[in-house]
Amino acid sequence: MQLIMFKKLCLYNRNMNRITKKLKAPHKLLSIYFTAGYPKLEDTVEILKRLQDSDVDMVEIGLPYSDPLADGPTIQQSSTQALKNGISTKKLFAQIQDIRQHIEIPLIVMGYFNPMLQYGVSQFCKDVSDIGIDGLIMPDLPYDYWLEHHKDDYEHNNLKHIQLITPQTSKERILEIDKQSEDAFIYMVSSSSTTGSQIGFAQEQLDYFERIGSYNLQTPQIVGFGIKDNETFSQATSHAKGAIIGSAFIKMLSKRGLNGIDGFIKNIRQP
Amino acid sequence: MYNVNEKGFYGEFGGAFIPEMLKPNVDELRENYLKISESEDFQREFHQLLKDYVGRPTPLYFSKRLSEKYQTQIYLKREDLCHTGAHKVNNTIGQILLAQKLGKKRIIAETGAGQHGVATATVCALMGMPCVIYMGAIDIKRQAPNVARMKMLGAKVVAAESGSKTLKDATNEAIRDWINNPEDTHYIIGSVVGPHPFPDMVARFQSVISKEVMKQLKEQSHKSKPDYVLACVGGGSNAAGIYYDFLEDTEVGIIAVEAAGKGVSTGESAATSQLGRQGIIHGSKTLLMQNADGQITEPYSISAGLDYPGIGPMHAHLYASKRAEFISVTDDDAMQAGWELSQLEGIIPAIETAHAFAVFKERKFEPDDVVVINLSGRGDKDLNTYMEYFNL
Ligand SMILES: Cc1ncc(COP(=O)(O)O)c(C=O)c1O
Repeated sequence: MQLIMFKKLCLYNRNMNRITKKLKAPHKLLSIYFTAGYPKLEDTVEILKRLQDSDVDMVEIGLPYSDPLADGPTIQQSSTQALKNGISTKKLFAQIQDIRQHIEIPLIVMGYFNPMLQYGVSQFCKDVSDIGIDGLIMPDLPYDYWLEHHKDDYEHNNLKHIQLITPQTSKERILEIDKQSEDAFIYMVSSSSTTGSQIGFAQEQLDYFERIGSYNLQTPQIVGFGIKDNETFSQATSHAKGAIIGSAFIKMLSKRGLNGIDGFIKNIRQP
Repeated sequence: MYNVNEKGFYGEFGGAFIPEMLKPNVDELRENYLKISESEDFQREFHQLLKDYVGRPTPLYFSKRLSEKYQTQIYLKREDLCHTGAHKVNNTIGQILLAQKLGKKRIIAETGAGQHGVATATVCALMGMPCVIYMGAIDIKRQAPNVARMKMLGAKVVAAESGSKTLKDATNEAIRDWINNPEDTHYIIGSVVGPHPFPDMVARFQSVISKEVMKQLKEQSHKSKPDYVLACVGGGSNAAGIYYDFLEDTEVGIIAVEAAGKGVSTGESAATSQLGRQGIIHGSKTLLMQNADGQITEPYSISAGLDYPGIGPMHAHLYASKRAEFISVTDDDAMQAGWELSQLEGIIPAIETAHAFAVFKERKFEPDDVVVINLSGRGDKDLNTYMEYFNL
């Protein structure tokens, strides 16, 4: 009996999700979103390596979609270009098949539900898990639908479902999401908007950060949308555990290419 | 059985697959649309405007010469006589009244051919509300007269430059606008598509068509109900309108006509039921045209109003359950049918509508079958295409 317990504990530690582990770190987390297959089709792995080398805490790999409803022009354009370059779900999985030989930081795939549905939800979960992906962000897979239909697929594969909340999400719903988010994080969308829309944070958003902070949720929050520099990163993380940068990173990539990555990340960390 | 259930699904189709950012808007609508639209006040206002402003009821016209030619009893439901020239305005009147009751101050919409954009700009002018219409950059070039109409009606027309720059991208842009303006804005969607409750709401506003048919047919024919109701399907709103009150009565046959473009297997087609698979488009689980990877593909039809890669979830269910018969019609057959209706009955139909009339060449009906066809719109907007096609 004791032995079984011990074995289980070992297994648990070894299998502890990388996101869960990372969230225990003492510092504020910096997470980067980039679009797979952009600027060039074969850039995916190299971008991941450079992000890890620059001490980024976590990465969201964007799986491009023809109709990304929640995204503003920057991510739309990078997605359109990546699809033109020839990216697809299968192609991305092939690119990152051996990624865990080089990359230790938590990796999340962020995409839209239709490509996942066409791949087969169970198969998708199994395949990303085999690759070593730790969680999924699917903005248009509604929370309640996920709970009812796909929670098991995620759990069997040790994948975290990362749920979005916005300034309009009710406290009740946030508390419910908090209860279900088991050792993952809540993706706090900074304002009611598509990605890349804001120019900086207004008082309204700072109040929202504070309000969520005051709920003392058990699940750490990571803020996304509208973070682009050291100032917005500090504001976003004043109450939250970390922040995600997407559009600003893609813009930098379009301008300066992969060689701009290290400087960009250093600037976020310290101006 | 064929209508929407309380969770917003038609069989396995429908639902609301939307990002969290849209949830407050969609929830607000879902929680209020029935309460408001079924209230006596609303119904009185709605029907008053349909009567005095739109010109309803539209005639049900027995088409003698077409009936003789095809040896069956053909009745035309004259939605082309609605103000602005198509059925679209039934929906925009309903939705703008609803938007007012919800306290909304600003209206957005998408449009392909410009018909829904014109119908939306029209009701916004009527109600004095600011109006932004998203239209694919390519469609803006193809449909110049309707762009001018919208501007004259006071709407701002914004070009959708993303993706393939046509109707599906205009819809994406309208949804993004709604995400960015969650409080003061109502999105008047143009067909029975999008997240629940839009398909049901639009179908209810369009159902005035089948209600009138039911009444008019009793007065005008020896039968109390049609043997078939027939309509073209882009997103499916004019079809939903003429099917609505007959959905559960399986003695009434339902025929849906899709645009085959240059032919179903040519790669230039919009016959969604033939070429599509189940998936998610604009927040709804339905049939849609997509590649193996789940990327939505661009359809083709000579008629911009049928040039949509999905169909509404109601129609996906009618297809999957075999309640409806789906027929696809090529550009050429539709153009010939438009020509024929003009010559035989003195009615120039919209090219969308002409697709429905092409069915008579493909499918036989019994001599005493009563077939009611939705003449969804008039052809004024399509004169350029007709002129080019027939060298007029
Ligand atoms: C005259 C007419 N008929 C049909 C359609 C197709 O739309 P739906 O399938 O929603 O009726 C359009 C769309 O623009 C139209 O203008």
